[in-house]
Parts: sequence; structure tokens; C-alpha cells
Amino acid sequence: MTSVPASPGDTPAAQEETGGWTGWVRRRALRSFPPEQLLPDKQPIYVASWIYVFGVATIAAFIVVLATGGILALRGPAWWHGSSVGHYVNSLHLWSVEIFMAFMVIHLWGKFFMAAWRGKRALTWITGAVSFLASIGTAFTGYLTQQNLASQWVSTQAKDGLNSVGIGAYFNVLDFGQMLMWHIVLLPLGVGILVVAHVLLVRRHGVVPPFPPKDTPSRDATVAEGSVQA
Amino acid sequence: MTAATTRAYRREADPAAQPWTGPKRPYDLVKEFVVALVVVSILTVILAALFSSPDDKQLTLAEWAKAAPNDFVATAATELDGTSGSATYGAPYTHDKSAAQKIGPLAPQNWPGVTIPIDSAQDFVVRPLQGAAVGSNLQAALKQWSAASADQQQKWAAAYDTALAAVPDTDPAKIATGDYGPVPVMMTQLLALAQSGGLDGALLAQGRFYQTDYTKPLLFLADGTYLEDLARAQHLGGDQWGMMNETGNYPGQAWLWLYTFWYQVKPFSTSGNGDALVWSVMALLTVVFVLVPFIPGVRSIPKLIPIHRLIWRNYYRDVEGRGA
Amino acid sequence: MRLALALMSPINLNHPGRYVHWGVIQISVANLVLILIMVAVFAAAILLPFPGTRRRK
Repeated sequence: MTSVPASPGDTPAAQEETGGWTGWVRRRALRSFPPEQLLPDKQPIYVASWIYVFGVATIAAFIVVLATGGILALRGPAWWHGSSVGHYVNSLHLWSVEIFMAFMVIHLWGKFFMAAWRGKRALTWITGAVSFLASIGTAFTGYLTQQNLASQWVSTQAKDGLNSVGIGAYFNVLDFGQMLMWHIVLLPLGVGILVVAHVLLVRRHGVVPPFPPKDTPSRDATVAEGSVQA
Repeated sequence: MTAATTRAYRREADPAAQPWTGPKRPYDLVKEFVVALVVVSILTVILAALFSSPDDKQLTLAEWAKAAPNDFVATAATELDGTSGSATYGAPYTHDKSAAQKIGPLAPQNWPGVTIPIDSAQDFVVRPLQGAAVGSNLQAALKQWSAASADQQQKWAAAYDTALAAVPDTDPAKIATGDYGPVPVMMTQLLALAQSGGLDGALLAQGRFYQTDYTKPLLFLADGTYLEDLARAQHLGGDQWGMMNETGNYPGQAWLWLYTFWYQVKPFSTSGNGDALVWSVMALLTVVFVLVPFIPGVRSIPKLIPIHRLIWRNYYRDVEGRGA
Repeated sequence: MRLALALMSPINLNHPGRYVHWGVIQISVANLVLILIMVAVFAAAILLPFPGTRRRK
């Protein structure tokens, strides 16, 4: 409970309600994420495998993607075609994206085989899956905005898929300006928000425990209908 | 039961939902993150220095017109008589509802209507020529064109297109004599305009100063075969698993493997509705992917393929050993 | 000149791509190598011992 200096006439109940909206947000945040849970320095004993580093490795790669993209933004989208420094920065951006996607998929493989959605963690899986899809979209708009032969081909091909289901009428892959803004503003923001939600969910529910060991009786028969488990 | 009691009951019934009460070990998350950031940064710097990145030169209309003038003129002829890919596309470019791809009885391509209107004859041929009409030759041809009825224009354009298609290599110099009106002059002048670089500017600017929308030049480019030939030479064609590939020997977009797979097999590879059908299949599979926790069978695969026994082998050795 | 320097990376991947064919499957050597490396890394991540895991008798 936060300590608020007692004023004369304050009842304990009244102290709970102080702070208006701010107080409410603070109390909610602290209740959902007590500091020791938000940034724990211990993990359950079963969190002891290299597979567990691929989540944070993906986030690290995402940061390098954003940073290298930011450097490209400093000189604009045409810089890298005529400058060797710009070309190198573009290479950094490309390879950090390849690393980002590779680590994300390895993380996905690990989480799938751990059935990491168990124990009310379905939303963690869902935010992760949607992040993956949003990342693919972000990479796609990146390819569209390279302004080279690849962009010309990718855009004129991709338009057919998108047009066939009506999306192309609003999301015009041949419109460089629109695609660039989706690539550098909307989609990275979307991916960022999803990743934050995903990590907060992991902190909230804890890392999923192993499947019950073999010599314990199966708990399946006692599970209430409707709970999500493998 | 109150909501809180129900939640507590459900949590108790689901062992994986309970907070861990067993032993813990020190685990420095911040250090892990910093190490990951350093490792990824170093890996990126090394890969970028070793392999660089591809940058195949953009194709201008000028280069296309110079490298493949016959293809250029043949394409321009189809724009003029309304038989090109763009002209017969349907939504969002033209009003032909029957051109839309279908998913069963549905044609979602038509639902938004025409939001990016294209008039292929005007946009790709007549207007650029009008903007560049300096020779008396061209001015006379354009005058003849605009004075004619729409029917007459279509007659000339279609006759020229048909005659050109009959010529080997669609060489306009070898076209049979016929009544084409001003079309031959317009085609020759458009080719010259393209080869000089003027068409790149004209199609992009559309009479404006600032521009960031390349729809028209790209549609025109894609209506020809030169761009496609360049792409197919690099294995970027749709039926070459092209979606996954990159120019040269660079890794491409391996994560698109399932999306591009469908284009390699029937019925998708031979259907006129291929794009719409592939999108439908992928939309369904995407929903399945996102909702794996709720899908019986799929969510049981980790139990059936027990890789988790390897991941948690130390834990199982400790806990199961105690029971023995 | 500067552009030429940019492309003077030790390993020039700008040559025509090499492809592997297997039935309907057609995959670039580059993509195949990348996928194989990912599978190897996944296997290594699962099999390699993690620091702090002591064998207890």
C-alpha cells in the first residue's frame, strides 16, 4: 500500500481512494506488476536452457533494426544508392532484419514445443503470433521502399494478391510515399506495442512450467472444462 | 460462486496456471539483455561487412524503351486499345466488375470499387503525348485522334494492335499496311518520348510538382514483358517460388515459404482466381496459427513430439528421480 | 568509385543465384543454408548445457 501522510479526518478507506486517476493507474499498475515481478532477479529452476534466450535475442535484434533504420532515415530513402557509407548502413539494416526474423522463428519453435500457452497464457501466444505477422508486414513494406528493381517487381506482383481481396484499393503497394510511412511509422509502432504487451504478459504469468513429470498422477481428469491446456 | 472464486477454482484445477512455488535460481535479465544486444550488434556488423546487400538497379521507362523497343510499342498499343493488363484489370483500377477474381461466389475485389482510377489510353499514351507535343507531326496526329469518335479511336487502336501482334517480334517497322489513323505516329512519338526519359517524368508527375505515388509508371512497366523477363532471370517469378527469393545469391524471405508454396501447385497455379484462393487459404491458416492454444489436435503436438523432455531434462531428472 | 567500394565486400553475393530443385520444391542455396543454420541453432540451443545446471545425484 502506498504511504500517504494521514490528514485529520482521513479514514483508512479514504486513503485507498486518493490520487484521482493517477492514483488509480498507479495502484492498478503496482497490483498487476509488483516491481519484484516486473524485474525479477530469480527464475524458476526449470528456466535453464539456451532456448530461453531467443526471446530477448529477438528483442535485441529488433532494437538494432530500429537503430539502423533510424540512421537510414537521417539521410533519406535514396541515400544508400549513391553512398558507400549509406550502402553499409543498409546492409546493417538488412542483416539485422534477417537475424531478427531467424531468432523470432527459433523462439516460436521453442515456445510451440513447450506448449507455452498453457496455464492461461493463450494471450501471450496470440500477441507473439500477431507480432510475427506484423513483422512480416513491416519487412514487406521495407522491400517495397528500397527504390530498386526488387521494389519494382515486388510491388507489381504483390498488388495482385492484395487487389484480389479488396485490400489493394486502400493499401496501394505502388504508392511509395504511403508504403514508406507504413514502414517507418505505423508498422514499427504496431510491432513495438505488441512486443511490450507480450513481455508484460510473460512477467504477469511467469514462464510456463514444464509438463507434469512422469511419475505424478495425470491431472487431466480433474481439470475444469474450458481451461486451456494441451 | 463469485467471479474471484471461479477464477481461483479454475486456476487450482490448471496446475500450469498456478504461481511457481518450487525452487528458483538467480537469473539476471538485464545482463542477459545487454549481452544479447552486444552479440546481435557484432553479428550484424560482421555479416554486413562480409556480404553487403543487394541493390539491382531500378528500371526506367527510358531503359525499357531503349533495350526492348518492340515490347514497349506492343505494350503501348495494348494500352491504347484497352487490352493491356491494367486496362482489363477491374477494381481498383477500372470499372469492369467481371474482371474480378472470385472466391466461390464472392468477389471481394469489387467491394471497395474503383479507388485508383486508370484510363490506360489517356494516362499512358494520349496525355503524355499532349504534354510533349512539339513536332507538327505529333500535333497533327493528336488533333486527328481527339477529333475522332470513341468508336473510331477504338477501331484504329485495335486494328494496329492486332496487326502488330501478327508481326514476328512485334517490330512496328514490319507492320502490314492498314487503316490505323494517327496511331502509328503516336506510337513512334511515344517511343521517342520514352527513350529520351521524358515519359518517366510525365507518367510520375501527372501535371503536379511534388509526387510520391508511382502507380502509373509501375503499372505501365508491369504491362510489358521486359520487367518480368529481368525478374524471372533472377528466379523471382511467382511460379519459381519467387516470393521467397532475392536477387543474386542473397537469402531472401524464407518466412514466406508457405505463402509462395500454394502458387506452385494446382489448383492455384492454373486458376484465374489463384491470388484470391491463396489469400483465403493463408487467411484461414493464419487464424489457426494465432489461435493454436484453442485448437484440439494442433495444441497437443508438443505432447506427441516431446522435445520438451530435452529442454527440461534437468528438471525432470531431479523431480522424477526423487519419486523412484 | 564510392559505389564500387561499397560492393567490394569479401564475399560477393551479386552473382546469379544458385538453386536446388527437388520435385515441386525449388529453393535458393542461400535460403537453404539459412534454414539449415536455424535448425542447427535450435538443436544446439536445446542440447547444449546451460550455465548453472549442476548434475545432482
